[in-house]
Amino acid sequence: MNVVYGSPSFTSEVMGTGYCPGCGHGTVHKLLAEVVEELSVREKTVLCYPIGCAGLGGGWTNLNTLSCAHGRAGAVATAVKKTNQDNVIIAYQGDGDLAAIGMAETMHAANRGENITVIFINNTNFGMTGGQMAPTTLIGQKATTSPDGRDLERHGAPFKMAELIAKLEAPKFVGRYAVHDAKNAIKTKAAIKKGLQMQLDKKGYSFIEVLSVCPTNWKKNPLDSAKYIDEVVSKTYPLGVYKDVE
Amino acid sequence: MPKIEVDKEFCKSCGLCTVQCPKKIIKIGNVVNSKGYNIAEQTDESQCTGCKLCAIVCPDMAIVVYK
Amino acid sequence: MSKEFIKGNEAIAEAAVRAGCRFFAGYPITPQNDIPEYLSKRLFEVGGNFIQGESEVASVNMVFGVAATGIRSMTSSSGPGLALKAEGISNLAGARVPSVVVNVARGGPAIGTILTAQQDYLSATKAPAPGGFKCFVLAPATVQEAADLVYEAFDIADKYRTPVYVLADGMTGNMMEVVELPPMRELSELPSKDDWRVNKLEQDGNFRSISSYSPTAEGLQEMNEASEAMYQQWDKEEQRWEAFMMDDAEYVVTGYGSSGRIAKSAVKELRAQGIKAGLIRPITLVPFPKDAFDQIDYGRIKEIFVAEMSIPAQYADDVRWATKSKLEIISVLTSGGVILETEAIVDAVKERV
Repeated sequence: MNVVYGSPSFTSEVMGTGYCPGCGHGTVHKLLAEVVEELSVREKTVLCYPIGCAGLGGGWTNLNTLSCAHGRAGAVATAVKKTNQDNVIIAYQGDGDLAAIGMAETMHAANRGENITVIFINNTNFGMTGGQMAPTTLIGQKATTSPDGRDLERHGAPFKMAELIAKLEAPKFVGRYAVHDAKNAIKTKAAIKKGLQMQLDKKGYSFIEVLSVCPTNWKKNPLDSAKYIDEVVSKTYPLGVYKDVE
Repeated sequence: MPKIEVDKEFCKSCGLCTVQCPKKIIKIGNVVNSKGYNIAEQTDESQCTGCKLCAIVCPDMAIVVYK
Repeated sequence: MSKEFIKGNEAIAEAAVRAGCRFFAGYPITPQNDIPEYLSKRLFEVGGNFIQGESEVASVNMVFGVAATGIRSMTSSSGPGLALKAEGISNLAGARVPSVVVNVARGGPAIGTILTAQQDYLSATKAPAPGGFKCFVLAPATVQEAADLVYEAFDIADKYRTPVYVLADGMTGNMMEVVELPPMRELSELPSKDDWRVNKLEQDGNFRSISSYSPTAEGLQEMNEASEAMYQQWDKEEQRWEAFMMDDAEYVVTGYGSSGRIAKSAVKELRAQGIKAGLIRPITLVPFPKDAFDQIDYGRIKEIFVAEMSIPAQYADDVRWATKSKLEIISVLTSGGVILETEAIVDAVKERV
C-alpha cells in the first residue's frame, strides 16, 4: 500500500499546528505547503507573515518567513518582490491585519499590482485577541466589542475585500474561497496554485480570500461553524472568482 | 485495501472528517491523546475507498491515506 | 577623488548609493525631500530600486523586507515621520536587520515646524519605540561628515546586523558645501549575507525566519541578552567624538550635530579672545562617548556649556550622566527652528570668566 495523501515533505512532523480545533488556518497552511511542493518552489519562497492567529503558521509550514509588523505584509511583500523578482512572495494575512490596521498597505500593494500572491483569511473577527469586532464582522454578528451584534448605523457595513480589490485596475486574479469542506478546500488549493503559477509566469497580482471558521470565538463547535459558513457567512461574502484577466 | 491512519497527537477532535466521509465510517472515538482530545478513528476499514476527502479537509494534517 | 559642491540631503543620498545601498523607500516630509527625490532617479541608474511608500509606516516596513533579503537598504524622514516609523525601527532592531534610517530633524513637538532643530535626541538615543532596544546612532555636523557617516553606516549595520540611525538636522540637510564624496563600492566586495538572508534556506534544508518574535519567554530573553551584549561591545569599541583644544581647556563647550559645529566656532572665537575654551563633540550618540567626558580634568574644569537646539534640553541629560554630575551644566538653548548663534555660546562662557 502506498501513501496517497499525507504531509507535504517539508511540513514539520513534530510541532502540529497551534490552532484551535477546526480552524481553517491549518487547512490553508497545508494547501499552501502542498502547492509549494508541487511547483517545486520551496527554495525561492518567502512567506510574509502577519500579527494575529495567521502568524502562528510561520514555523509549521517550514518555509522561509518574514515576520511582519501588524498590517504591513502588503508593503513588505511588495518591496521584497520588487527587489527579488525570482522569489515567490506570499503575503498571508488575517482580516484584522489586512482589512483594519493594514488597509492602506493592502490597497496600495494591490493597486501597484506587484507580482505577489496575497492569501487573506477571513474569519469575521480578531481571533487571537479574543474575538473582537473586525472590519469583516457580519451585520448582527456578536463580537466582544460589539456585544449586541454589529450594527450597520453604528459600525458601518462589513468590508468585502475581494470585491474591493477586484475593482482596482492592476490586480489580475481575485477570488473568494472556503476550506470548511473538502470540495471547497480543493478549489482553494487550485486558486493558490493558480496565484503562485501566475507569479512564476510574471503575470501579476493575485488575491485569494478564504472564508475560515473561528469556532472558539464564534462559540460554536467546528461542525456548526462549518454550517455557519454555508448558511450565513457566504451569504454576505459570496464565494467565487471576482476577477480573472490572466 | 485502502485505509486511513490518524495521527493521535495531531488530531484535535474537530470532527470535520466525520461528516466529510462518503461512507460515514469515521467517528470520534474513545481514545484520548496527550492534549485531551478524543481522536478520530475509522470504524470499518473494509469500506474505505481511499477518496482522501477526510484528509483534505483535516486542518491538522492528522490523516494519512493509504491505497 | 573629486570634490563637489552639493547639498547635504543629496550628499547623504549619493553616499548611500556609493556605499552599496540599492533600495530606498520613503515618504515626503520636509526638510529631507531631496533624499527620496534624488534616489528616485539615481537608484535605477545603478540597478537598484526606489519605492515611494503610501506612508512612513509602509516605507520603513519595505526596508525591513528588502534588507532582510540582504540588500543594503535605507529610509529617511524627519521628526513626525520618525514617530510613524517607530514600530518598524523596533522590528528592524528586534529582528536584527541591518539597515540605515536617516532623520533630517526638524522642530517639534508633533508637526511643529519644518525648520531645523535637534528635538529628537531622546527618541533617537533612548526610546525610538516601546520594547527597549537601541539603534547605533551617528550625528554628522557638516555635509562632508554626513556623507562619510552615511557611507560608513552601512558597514556598521552589516557588522552588527543592526539598524543604524543617522541623526542629522535640517541645517546639515539643506546646506550646500564642498564635499569629497567616497568611492563607489562594488557590490561583489560587500559582506555576504548568505548565512542569514531570509530568501535562502539553511544548509540542512530547514527554513529561516526573520522575526522580532519568540514563541517562548526564555527565547525572547536570549534575543534581548544578545542585543545587550552588542550594545556593550559598542560601548567598548565604537565610541567616537571630536575633542578640540581640550588639552589646556578651562571651559568646556559640548554639542552634537549642527550645535557641535556652532560650538566649535564659539571655541575658536573664545580662543581668539584669549579664553581657554575646548570642545567635546560626540559623533556617536549611541554608544555615547562617555570616555570623552571621563578624560576631563575635573580639578581644572568646574562647569560645562551644553549647546543644543532643543527646549527643553535633551542632550544635556546625558552630559550630566557622563560627567557624573561633577560639573555645573549651563545650557545654551534654542528651539523650534531658531538657529543657535555662535555669540550666544561665546557670551554664556564669558559671563563665567
